[in-house]
Amino acid sequence: MAKIGLYRPQQYRPFGLHTVGSLDGGFVLRIGRFPDQVVRVGILLVAAVIAMVLIRERFVPESFGELGHYRADAIPTIESQAIRYAGSLICIDCHDEQGAIKSASYHRTLTCEICHGPSAAHAEDYESQLPVVERDSRTACLPCHQYLPSRPTGFPQIIEQLHNPPQPCIGCHDPHDPTPPEIPGSCAACHAQIARTKSVSHHFQLSCETCHETSPEHLQSPRSFLPKRPTSREFCAGCHGTIADAAPSAPQVDIAAHGDRYLCWQCHYPHFPEG
Amino acid sequence: MPREYARREILIKLMEFPCSALLLSLCGLQEVEATAERADEATAEALYGMGIQVDKCIGCGSCVAACKAENDVPEEPFYFRTWVERYVIHDDGRVQVDSPDGGIRGFTSRQEDGASVLRAFFVPKLCNQCDNPPCVQVCPVGATFKTEDGVILVDSDYCIGCRYCIQACPYGARYLDPRTKTADKCTFCYHRIKQGLLPACVEVCPTQARVFGELTSRASPLRRMMRMSELQVLKPSLNTEPKVYYSKLDGEVR
Amino acid sequence: MAEHFERLESILGQISGYIYPNEIELHWGLLVVLYPYITGLVAGAFILASLEKVFRVKEIEPTYRLSLLTALAFLLVAPLPLLAHLGHPERSFEIFLTPQFRSAMAMFGFVYAWYLTLVLVLEIWFEYRADMVRWSQGEKGLKRVLHWVLSLGSRDLSPAAVAFDRKAVFTITVIGIPSAFLLHGYVGFIFGSVKANPWWSSVLMPIVFLFSAIVSGISLVLILYYVTTMMRRKPLDMACLDKLSEFLLYALIVDFSLELLDFIHRLYESEESIKILSELIFIKLGLSLTIVQILLGTIVPLALLAVARFTQLPAELKRVTYFIAALLVQVGIFSTRWNVVIGGQLFSKSLRGLTVYKLELGGMEGLFSSIGLLLLPFLILFVLVKVLPPWDEARGE
Repeated sequence: MAKIGLYRPQQYRPFGLHTVGSLDGGFVLRIGRFPDQVVRVGILLVAAVIAMVLIRERFVPESFGELGHYRADAIPTIESQAIRYAGSLICIDCHDEQGAIKSASYHRTLTCEICHGPSAAHAEDYESQLPVVERDSRTACLPCHQYLPSRPTGFPQIIEQLHNPPQPCIGCHDPHDPTPPEIPGSCAACHAQIARTKSVSHHFQLSCETCHETSPEHLQSPRSFLPKRPTSREFCAGCHGTIADAAPSAPQVDIAAHGDRYLCWQCHYPHFPEG
Repeated sequence: MPREYARREILIKLMEFPCSALLLSLCGLQEVEATAERADEATAEALYGMGIQVDKCIGCGSCVAACKAENDVPEEPFYFRTWVERYVIHDDGRVQVDSPDGGIRGFTSRQEDGASVLRAFFVPKLCNQCDNPPCVQVCPVGATFKTEDGVILVDSDYCIGCRYCIQACPYGARYLDPRTKTADKCTFCYHRIKQGLLPACVEVCPTQARVFGELTSRASPLRRMMRMSELQVLKPSLNTEPKVYYSKLDGEVR
Repeated sequence: MAEHFERLESILGQISGYIYPNEIELHWGLLVVLYPYITGLVAGAFILASLEKVFRVKEIEPTYRLSLLTALAFLLVAPLPLLAHLGHPERSFEIFLTPQFRSAMAMFGFVYAWYLTLVLVLEIWFEYRADMVRWSQGEKGLKRVLHWVLSLGSRDLSPAAVAFDRKAVFTITVIGIPSAFLLHGYVGFIFGSVKANPWWSSVLMPIVFLFSAIVSGISLVLILYYVTTMMRRKPLDMACLDKLSEFLLYALIVDFSLELLDFIHRLYESEESIKILSELIFIKLGLSLTIVQILLGTIVPLALLAVARFTQLPAELKRVTYFIAALLVQVGIFSTRWNVVIGGQLFSKSLRGLTVYKLELGGMEGLFSSIGLLLLPFLILFVLVKVLPPWDEARGE
């Protein structure tokens, strides 16, 4: 049973201090076994907790917690962000001619906007928001086609400084159908890094076709018509075997005793055999 | 007696038609509702993922530029939602990695790209949209979260800018937007994919090195890649369950 | 913002190896170093106070009330560096509104509020209540009103009430010890639970934080007791100083052992990150770790304290030794915080590169504002000491 008592503090003055003013005429609060000071602190704490609860009710955002521990209203805000790239399907709606040409060419996997820039604004308003059309540039094509040895083999690359300066790229290559005006004479057009590696190796005099039988379809659909590689050890033995007479300067080995069951190129790198 | 029976029978007969009509239509409604629910479940359970085929990346940097254009990312070279790294591995085991301005203007040849190179390739990187995201785990206020379709987003009206999520991301995918002073990162172009478009980086990739799709769909470029390639993810030992899958990812890539 | 970009631009040229492009900006700077340093002092000072109250180490009784006031002064300042560092300090209340309970940082709101109100302030209130009542009865004017308000109008000075106060202080201290562990331990957990960062991610992190907190707290109270006693021109209680430095020695030994264990463990397991972390320690943290933290901050104080403890030095020399050791320890612990927070961001998560931290002089994240934030607790302590004097002669009994 809680006993709440309010009584004058004079009973609790063992030191006999003289009271001055009304400050000392306070009350003693006592609830049950909790002494006065605890009740005073308790009142303060309870008030603080109530305040915190009220503040929380007021300020937690409405949509918080609907879908998870976040403001569900954030999702519509993010979804309503402006779209800058229209996507090639939209472009082809109007520019179907270029779309048709491109879809049969080497650039069929390119979207229109990779060269023409973000064009969603143009799709909304044709006249005023024109996309980029670079005509005289010799640099627009370089981010993809400038020679970098780190690019995957088979990707067509040129060295800009050597490749028909000062003509702009579109002088010879229609960007929508960039088939080169002449079929490249050497495999180096797409396999430049290999060609350059081979050109400083002992195999520099060997043409690519010497070892790689290649069908003409390889130029159209490279990954579907891969060139062949030598399938027997006797192929390399043609120059490197001890009974051969083709290349007296080539290092010769007894093919039967050398390399166990492996094909020669499973150990040696034919494009740079000395490295 | 017979008259009451007759009346009852007539009443029953009269009620038969409307009752059965009601019942049948209710069943029909239920069927429709069930289909709608299934459709809802199908869209709700859409789980977005991305595939990156490393052997197809040519390092052109178009994805980096497109992302910055689409998402208004600051142009300075300190803020990237996606970037491309070049790895050059030499004969002696030395590995050189670089990403000049995130690869946004492509890469340039260097003298080191000589005969001593064993392997070299490009690796596009972005937020891995983890299914067990450490960034969401550490956000103190719930400003970053995983949506029901698996995309990790940032509520920039709620973010307090404490940067804990940036510290917690093992992939370096997050940055603090200097204009809003809130955390920011790749959103898989959420505003585009919800409308059936592709993320900007996937849209412009010229070699289809990046593919995008729903992990639960039966037919998509991502699905094919998941079927036909051995998949890797970045930092698998951290168990973040990334949803960006790499194929032909070299062991040297961190 | 242009200056910000210029600064980041200048960092580009100082990067070695490869870092992720987004890592050019180092996110947690000097302000975030301050926070664990300050809460460490709070936890340490409180634990020292609890030694007297709960474990009845009578010798350090002269520092008891001073420890509590010190803890309060520093605890009041603790959230300020965090607030200053936030991108949106005006939204900081969101931690209280919608805490995400899986985040160690969300615990800050609750642990801080719990510790400030229900441990520290309550303990100080019960400890001082009887004195506040007496002071308010004996004083005049503003001080009288102030003490009356602070004592919440309480007037009860009966032996029963005073006995209750003592029991309350004891109970709160007992609860306060694990609370102090939690207050600083969770900061250690904030870092220790980040699996993305191999420098931070460690089971030992909260423990190391805690023990370095104890070390820094004890040495702070030692310094403050020394300085305030000299300023008041009173004689130093050598038994008290001896005991304080004894505890400091023990705590320092444990702290050093833990850090050594962490170091040995890393070297032994030699995980993938060992290469870049070795580079980090030798190239970037050579000065702050090897020289300042280990040599000046741990080994030299250990030697000084051991000499003072186990040899017969004259009292004058002993107390100067203690003082110097305590100062060095403070510098060492600050350097520890620096090496953890800044050190963890100087290497890339690609494990292939190192970057730099450019400390500004001005601005919110600059050196001057941090110095100001470190001086502020002393100012607050000065005010507290005036309002609630902890000295023996101020007690009413």
